[in-house]
Amino acid sequence: MSEETKALESMIGEEYKYGFTTDVEYEEFPKGINEDIIRELSARKEEPEWMLEFRLKSYRAWREMEEPDWFNATYKKPDFENLLYYSAPKKKPKLDSMDEVDPKIRETYEKLGIPLEEQKMLSGVAVDAVFDSVSVFTSFKEKLAEAGVIFCSISEAIREYPELVKKYIGSVVPARDNFYAALNSAVFSDGSFCFIPKNTKCPMELSTYFRINNMESGQFERTLIVAEEGASVSYLEGCTAPMYDENQLHAAVVELVALDDADIKYSTIQNWYSGDEEGKGGIYNFVTKRGICKGKNSKISWTQLETGSAVTLKYPSVILQGDNSIGEFYSVAVTTKKQQADTGTKMIHLGKNTRSTIISKGISAGQSNNSYRGEVKVGKNAKGAKNYSVCDSMLIGQECGAHTFPYISSENASSSVEHEATTSRVGEEQIFYLMQRGISEQDAISMIINGFVKDVLKELPLEFAVEANKLLDVKLEGSVG
Amino acid sequence: MLEIKNLHAKVEGEDIEILKGVNLKVNAGEIHAIMGPNGSGKSTLSKVVSGHPEYEVTDGEILFEGEDITEMDADERAHLGLFLAFQYPVEVPGITNKTLLREAYNTIARANDREELDPLEFEDYLVSKLDVIEMKDEFLNRSINTGFSGGEKKKNEIFQMAVLDPKLSFLDETDSGLDIDALKIVSDGVNKIANDEKAIVLITHYQRLLNYIKPDFVHVMMNGKIIKSGDIALAEELEANGYDQLQKELMLNGEAQ
Ligand SMILES: Nc1ncnc2c1ncn2[C@@H]1O[C@H](COP(=O)(O)OP(=O)(O)OP(=O)(O)O)[C@@H](O)[C@H]1O
Ligand SMILES: [Mg+2]
Repeated sequence: MSEETKALESMIGEEYKYGFTTDVEYEEFPKGINEDIIRELSARKEEPEWMLEFRLKSYRAWREMEEPDWFNATYKKPDFENLLYYSAPKKKPKLDSMDEVDPKIRETYEKLGIPLEEQKMLSGVAVDAVFDSVSVFTSFKEKLAEAGVIFCSISEAIREYPELVKKYIGSVVPARDNFYAALNSAVFSDGSFCFIPKNTKCPMELSTYFRINNMESGQFERTLIVAEEGASVSYLEGCTAPMYDENQLHAAVVELVALDDADIKYSTIQNWYSGDEEGKGGIYNFVTKRGICKGKNSKISWTQLETGSAVTLKYPSVILQGDNSIGEFYSVAVTTKKQQADTGTKMIHLGKNTRSTIISKGISAGQSNNSYRGEVKVGKNAKGAKNYSVCDSMLIGQECGAHTFPYISSENASSSVEHEATTSRVGEEQIFYLMQRGISEQDAISMIINGFVKDVLKELPLEFAVEANKLLDVKLEGSVG
Repeated sequence: MLEIKNLHAKVEGEDIEILKGVNLKVNAGEIHAIMGPNGSGKSTLSKVVSGHPEYEVTDGEILFEGEDITEMDADERAHLGLFLAFQYPVEVPGITNKTLLREAYNTIARANDREELDPLEFEDYLVSKLDVIEMKDEFLNRSINTGFSGGEKKKNEIFQMAVLDPKLSFLDETDSGLDIDALKIVSDGVNKIANDEKAIVLITHYQRLLNYIKPDFVHVMMNGKIIKSGDIALAEELEANGYDQLQKELMLNGEAQ
């Protein structure tokens, strides 16, 4: 390996800065999963009967299902009997003001750069903070309520808006959809709920910050976003976790529903702990994310910057049911050390003149493995459907891998599906070219990477683009060896 | 300005010696041309002089304005005023020409305790340089060389040279790939840039270029060495007789092995 490549690798493999743990007292259930645990969980959350039924049915379905292994990743399977399915900081469960949040937890979020006090926040962004299994705080609730927007934890939504939740939960990702979705449906602990009523433009960005703190707990959060006719919303999810030697499981389900003319933009900055040099520890990020463009002219757009986790299996998808609806997927996945990511999207075209765009950028360094898996399916009624996919991979060093698995099927002859893929190696020639013009090695590398991901990052909401750039820079920061 | 003494270089980590004792002296105000068959080491020489990490200098030294730069990083050499117009300019998607040039210009300015230009000042400066080679301003906002035609890439190299205003420039086959009109425009541009305080080393296969940019010296490189130096007459002789003939003559004279 040349000096350049080594320098690149050391820059890319910058140490994880969010790996600290917070020492809080926990209230938790015994390890393992069974119907009693689920009943207890549901009771603790004061859930209605139908919710418990939903959980139990999901649990029974899950018991019958096989853990999947079709993806391009190898890892030690989680031991489901040795996980904690409920772990909440011991403090008042319902919080009305910031002062009631455990100072230690508040501090945690400060350290992560997410102050929970409203006056300190980015203006125009409401935050829901989820700490292990529970939502600890949601800001700007009143201001949102004035506009008719509901933004709260899913637990609260189940209690306060049962009709809405009942109508939509499991409607996009049915419990039986897949192994991890079934598990999540049985034991989900918390997450966010957003409801944007008819003809309402959500007055601010909404965001949720997930933090796994407890070593033995799994995190199963559930997010549901509904945009009624003509409504629009932009939502961002951020995640970090401490460094532990053991793997932690994060199996979330996110469902998006867009009715006629509605527009949902969902952005993720995923920075879970990714394990150490030897591949020890780190999060298993097995997430089911799916949106449905139910109404005509609706639009769902997924943007993700994936930098963390030991293993990521994730395919944010869009079902394009309404005529003229639009689905978009913009992704940057960075893997370093021994990280493994198998990520991509599915665009299912059902309605007429539906359009989808997929732009995926993978950056692999170290001994990591980065796969793009994308499916574009055009149904027989999807007259005039169009898809455009670009899938670029960049390799840094000689030991990493990048793979592309496109699956395309069309039952309608008037549709058009276009797929382009490129693989490049971060070129020592590129670095030399920029250095010859006077630019330092470190700046050259960061310019090249930023150039590579630009088309995706420009899709992030402005408030978060800065954060994304910072995160990439942190990943790239370091001494030139 | 530049003095190369007995320069030996090989590919880093391998046993392939490419430069086998190059000697060359270039003074301010001079234009040199290096010619030589494919694979003789011309590009390698230009890369070794500008600090490409792929090559290791095993013997000899490179002096720039009296300072030994043999071990310097490429960016530091650029700060001193060394420029290489690449034979194969590299594409860097997502970064515009303008961004690169502003970064580069200001980094060089900083390194030399000169004043940096703010974005507006730089814009004016940049636009003023477009005329040098009749470059269209749309190229400023395009990603570096990305999707440029072969000739456009070559032109872009000379544009960058005009903007960064280096003391010594290596132009590696800038003429290859340029159409007849473009060759004339680019040559005129280079002539405008050249002055008594600067030096230029042209690497070329064609005497045609030397009709536009008149070299003071012509060198012939073969098998990792400069085997003959002379004036423009040497280029004409090569054009007429080819390298074979030259090599035979030299062998007869016992000057080459
Ligand atoms: N990185 C490398 N690894 C192996 N061989 C190399 C490397 N770089 C250069 N060479 C070899 O060194 C020799 C000189 O190459 P160079 O590019 O300097 O030639 P050149 O004189 O510029 O030729 P041309 O006129 O075709 O551009 C060639 O045989 C080339 O294959
Ligand atoms: Mg060459």
